[in-house]
Amino acid sequence: MLRRVLVVATVLLAFAPQAQAGDARSDARAQVEFGIKVAQNGLWKEAAYRWEKAIQIDPTYAAAWNNLAVAYEQQGNFEKAREAYEKAVELDPKNLMLRQNYDLFKEINDRTKRRRDR
Amino acid sequence: MTARNAGAIVSPLVLAGLLAGSAACTSFYEIPIETPIQPKMDVSMFQRVLIAGFISGGTEDVDANLETVRLLRSQLRTKSSLRVIEAEVLQLAEIAKEQAKGDSSAPPSPGGAADGPQQPVADDPSRIRNEKDLEKYQSIFADAAFWKKLGEEYQGPLIITGTVLFSPLSTAGYVPVEREYFDQLGRRRVIQSRIYQERKGFTLQPKLIYIDGRTGATLYSETLREEILYNAQQNTPALSSYFELMDKLIPSFLNTLSTQKIRGTRMLIK
Repeated sequence: MLRRVLVVATVLLAFAPQAQAGDARSDARAQVEFGIKVAQNGLWKEAAYRWEKAIQIDPTYAAAWNNLAVAYEQQGNFEKAREAYEKAVELDPKNLMLRQNYDLFKEINDRTKRRRDR
Repeated sequence: MTARNAGAIVSPLVLAGLLAGSAACTSFYEIPIETPIQPKMDVSMFQRVLIAGFISGGTEDVDANLETVRLLRSQLRTKSSLRVIEAEVLQLAEIAKEQAKGDSSAPPSPGGAADGPQQPVADDPSRIRNEKDLEKYQSIFADAAFWKKLGEEYQGPLIITGTVLFSPLSTAGYVPVEREYFDQLGRRRVIQSRIYQERKGFTLQPKLIYIDGRTGATLYSETLREEILYNAQQNTPALSSYFELMDKLIPSFLNTLSTQKIRGTRMLIK
């Protein structure tokens, strides 16, 4: 019986930090989902606010960083957009959608810079 | 540990694994965005703009000075908050020539050579054919007194001037082509190949100079360049090519004075 209790306690302890992280992720996910809804209605400032909140709750949430980068891009805040995209790619380097967003952003940003440098 | 106990421990682990797996399946939404590109110049101190005229060269088939002035004015009329001044187009090349001949301390009247279209003579040694020929005329853009005097005539607007070189271009080389054929079953197929082709077209190289009409000082300048090539057998009028090339350059011109938006789509991820 004691051995059984010990095994269960060990398993629970092993999963405890993940459960906490899971809570943070689900709270952050709620913010991300709300942000997506408002962005689809064109309310980009509110969306950016929600995604900023999401990364405060869970700074390892790559999707939140990606969405925040898109919001910054839409607002013309290219420096912040670049930082957010870089963070998203760093957290989830294999995510192709994220990469595609970043590549499109870089294309526009680099073209604008080239024009300015001329 | 009995088999039953082991099963009781393993099953939460499997469940946790499944949950982690399902969490990895992200959902996404494609969303249209409009990326604002900030203007290259702050023109908030101007209410009016004068597209004065350009020193043009290259082909004689198009009066690049007149066409550029007309096109830029019409673009600004619809796509800028600045009021476009309708004035006679300056024949800047003639003015610059007079300046070079005459007394440099007394700039000629800006309206002095504005009458009648520029009529270049075929064998005229002063004809502008290339960038080197244009260089001789550059000093007029640095003549602040001339531009200030012109500005005074129109209550100090933003003045846009510069040079436009519209030249014929010919080249030969391998170009990619698509060949169509029908296979044995009657299906249409397309194969990519490369063929040697002689091509001709045009290059358009405007240098746009933005001058403060109140002081005559240059505020900003930029050189743009585009080229277009067609099959040598194709007969495309020079004026059509000119407009085709200007179409490509106009967004950059407009972005100098006002915010432009680039439309695209991005993926929002859950």
